[in-house]
Amino acid sequence: MKYLTEFRDGDLARRLVAQIRAVVTRPWAMMEVCGGQTHSIIRNGIDQLLPPEIELIHGPGCPVCVTPLETIDRALAIAAQPGVIFCSFGDMLRVPGSEKDLFAVKSEGGDVRIVYSPLDALKIARENPEKQVVFFGIGFETTAPANAQVVFLAKKQGIPNFSMLVSHVLVPPAIEALMSSPTNRVQAFLAAGHVCSVMGYWQYEPLASKYHVPMVVTGFEPLDVLAAIHRAVLQLESGRGEVENAYSRAVQREGNIPAQAMLGEVFEVCDRQWRGIGMIPQSGWQLSAAYRAFDAAARFQVEGVVTKESPLCRSGEVLQGLIKPNQCAAFGKECTPRKPLGATMVSSEGACAAYYNYGRFIALDDIPTTESAPV
Amino acid sequence: MSEPIDFDHWVCPLPLRDTPQIVLGHGGGGKLSQDLVEHLFLPAFANDALASLADGAALNIGGARLAFSTDSYVVRPLFFPGGSIADLAVNGTVNDLAMLGAKPLFLSAGMIIEEGLSIQALGTLVEAMAAAARAAGVQIVTGDTKVVDKGHGDGLYINTSGIGLIPDGIHIAPQNARPGDVVLVSGMIGDHGMAIMSVREGLEFETIIESDSAPLHELVAAMLDVAPNIHVLRDPTRGGVASALNEIAKASGVGVALEDRLLPVRAEVAAACELLGMDPIYVANEGKLLAIAPPERADALLDAMRAHPLGRDAVRIGQVVEAHPGVVVSRTGIGGTRVVSMQIGEQLPRIC
Repeated sequence: MKYLTEFRDGDLARRLVAQIRAVVTRPWAMMEVCGGQTHSIIRNGIDQLLPPEIELIHGPGCPVCVTPLETIDRALAIAAQPGVIFCSFGDMLRVPGSEKDLFAVKSEGGDVRIVYSPLDALKIARENPEKQVVFFGIGFETTAPANAQVVFLAKKQGIPNFSMLVSHVLVPPAIEALMSSPTNRVQAFLAAGHVCSVMGYWQYEPLASKYHVPMVVTGFEPLDVLAAIHRAVLQLESGRGEVENAYSRAVQREGNIPAQAMLGEVFEVCDRQWRGIGMIPQSGWQLSAAYRAFDAAARFQVEGVVTKESPLCRSGEVLQGLIKPNQCAAFGKECTPRKPLGATMVSSEGACAAYYNYGRFIALDDIPTTESAPV
Repeated sequence: MSEPIDFDHWVCPLPLRDTPQIVLGHGGGGKLSQDLVEHLFLPAFANDALASLADGAALNIGGARLAFSTDSYVVRPLFFPGGSIADLAVNGTVNDLAMLGAKPLFLSAGMIIEEGLSIQALGTLVEAMAAAARAAGVQIVTGDTKVVDKGHGDGLYINTSGIGLIPDGIHIAPQNARPGDVVLVSGMIGDHGMAIMSVREGLEFETIIESDSAPLHELVAAMLDVAPNIHVLRDPTRGGVASALNEIAKASGVGVALEDRLLPVRAEVAAACELLGMDPIYVANEGKLLAIAPPERADALLDAMRAHPLGRDAVRIGQVVEAHPGVVVSRTGIGGTRVVSMQIGEQLPRIC
């Protein structure tokens, strides 16, 4: 249980909250970048313990949520093709495309499989040489090394029936885009520990000094989050804007060098659409020229993808921290995890789903009966 | 209760129209399953016994109160750490009867066998069913066999139905929870679901977690001896403790207040759940029960449970409250609160 219970200790959490209360003198808005942190904050009720001066803005760090609709529609079209085994992480299956989701494709006879590692998809490709096996390679820097390694192995081992639909996104360009936006309200960042365990945090140093914004690298447990908030408040109150590492048990400044080498071998930086946000220059990875033969988007020419977002969905504003999920008029009414209008309502890391699943649609004191609840 | 369906003019009710085809989540024990029951099966089959939505039906026949229940077992793989589909098929239906306070007596067994299943595997499973029935003190008194084409089943599906006798004076139903009642669980949660996960294709991980599949009627009998006025019993199978408590909260029109730190979870199960991004409160159990009872009987009940091998780790996990009717709320380890909602379909392992 080491590393599970220790960082969820109630007494230590209360002490950290007291320390935060002791140093905060005025309102501050800080963004947790990663969806895993958002999930932890809402699941554990961390925000309920904080002094009212501190507002947590939920960032765009849910990979499922920011994967462009066009890519989802492309995935659905590929998955529906005969002779294709489409492999994906579980939480992509319920993400709505323009018309349906991967679960619907599966129920219509598509061979859609949940895998827990891209290596499983490669194994399936090896075992089914007569089939085309496609892995849905999405995520931030965190999941990218394993995906890169699998493409590397597919080439090295000569597995021609394997390909990957790649839609990787990068955190630093997204932070840059947020900070340079005229509507930005973020005064400090809790940077995503898992991303930094791969990439290190040296990339954040120029951002912190350019925008004079505190950036504290941290993890996902309640004590990690609270300790990082404490450090961020200390910086804000003393007028500093530096990068700090509050997650030294997993993160070093340089990151994971062999993983970065693998990423450099297989991927190259490209412009990328973010669902709900738009195009962010140089914010994604695609397969580099040497590996383009394994690009599912090129292998399966899907024609006529016309995307259609729900006009009610305001997930873009949620992803940019401009509104809280329950400030969207469709939240809990037209849009629920059962019938999501946008991806932020699907993944457990999505801010809207976190709010909904943990009952943040209404003040706890007057939660209505289930019959009249907006379900 | 809704009106029976007029099939000549039947229009798919709105909540079902969201998913025009059956998806796996309809069998996941969450909201999608609930939709099918509420908007299709209940109105179509409308009657009083069904309307109670208990694990089985309580029927008055010639002065006796019979418990009657059925369940189909479609687990994959057929054999898993701590048991097999055979144990589940006997114990699951025995437990459905036990959750009405009944003494289980007779089972039926319907076998749907996929072409190609080895006789040896079938033999092993049938022997295991016989052993489980002996252990539970029930007889399998009628049965049926069908064979389907290869590719049309996962080796073997089993349906069992069971009948049992409900003792006089016992009235256990999901509608009976009252504010002030205590919520007890008979032991560690999440074992069965994670044992199955550990051997599921594509996920195999090494673990010592075993399924908790067990017949609970003797534990129930021991509990009823000290507290015949138990209000609700439920075995939290698919959808776990969360779904069972949500159903009870809704049926009784009460709230349930839990505390995360009181939920008994094995370290191995907690770790496996953590790895997969799952919450043990939603993970299936096959040998645990939830009991909701008046507070004055709580200590006696816990003593009786702990004196039985299947209730050794019984604990109180929360209470029934008047506030937030229909909603289950839990206090988190660091002192916040969260709503423990009904899950939608199946729990999905997270991406990272």
